[in-house]
Amino acid sequence: MNHLAFVLSSYGVSLVVLLGLVAWLLIDQRAQRTELQRLEAQGIRRRSQKAQKP
Amino acid sequence: MTDTAAQPTRLLDLANPTRFLSLAGTLLPWLAGLSALVLAAGLYMSVNAPDDYQQGMTVKIMFIHVPFAWLSMMCYTLMAASSVGTLVWRHPLADVSAKAAAPIGAAFTALALITGSLWGKPMWGTWWVWDARLTSVFVLFLMYLGIIALSRALDDPAKSARAAAVLTLVGFINIPIIKFSVDWWNTLHQPASVLRAGGSAIDPTLLRPLLVMALGFTLLFFTLHMMAMRNEIWRRRVIAMRRMAARRADEKGEEA
Repeated sequence: MNHLAFVLSSYGVSLVVLLGLVAWLLIDQRAQRTELQRLEAQGIRRRSQKAQKP
Repeated sequence: MTDTAAQPTRLLDLANPTRFLSLAGTLLPWLAGLSALVLAAGLYMSVNAPDDYQQGMTVKIMFIHVPFAWLSMMCYTLMAASSVGTLVWRHPLADVSAKAAAPIGAAFTALALITGSLWGKPMWGTWWVWDARLTSVFVLFLMYLGIIALSRALDDPAKSARAAAVLTLVGFINIPIIKFSVDWWNTLHQPASVLRAGGSAIDPTLLRPLLVMALGFTLLFFTLHMMAMRNEIWRRRVIAMRRMAARRADEKGEEA
């Protein structure tokens, strides 16, 4: 391996790991949001939400 | 009198999960945009930085390796501070912060180890040595994995939060060991060359891209941490609402 290959491998691995991290967070975000909306559509409210309503 | 009495309430209001969610919603797009902008500028500067007279072009690995290593320690320090918040004040956001930071810290530590290894092979002639700096950073990586496992091990998030907070604080002893390992022991790894008495030992043409990349990755870290905290708050709300739904279904079943 020449020096360029080491440099490119370092930047490549970093890009893959960081993009994977961002993708994981976005997928998780979508899953939690969808589930919250589904539960709210069923009329489920948390205790603190109930307390706010008269 | 009224002002001093109202002050703590206002501070607590800011750390309220609902308030945090609205703050995150406003801040996240700006923070993400700024991270992308600074990282793009840093990458441009890194590509155009001159080669080192000894290391040649492999010095470009420094522009990512060093920020990853700094952030791996900064993330653990943030988790240790959050753990104090969990154990002393039992603040709900402190636990959320520590739990959300752990996978991000683990990723940054893994990247510091991988990029270090890819830099070590052409410069030291080896991918890995069990010297003080490398071993202590590897221990940090294992600590992150242990904390991730422990914070998800129990059904009750409050119980696992306390156990993970104790483990995090015990593991914090490793941070000064990592920092000073290059001074205390004879290692292959070079001693501190940016933050040291007498100023940086790095030429400004290489220091500038390094500092811009460090700023960019720090902004990226806080963006990812805020996203992860928001996801964790939503996850806890989903769990609470599922319990409410199950209780309601149970009550209906009894009535029938």
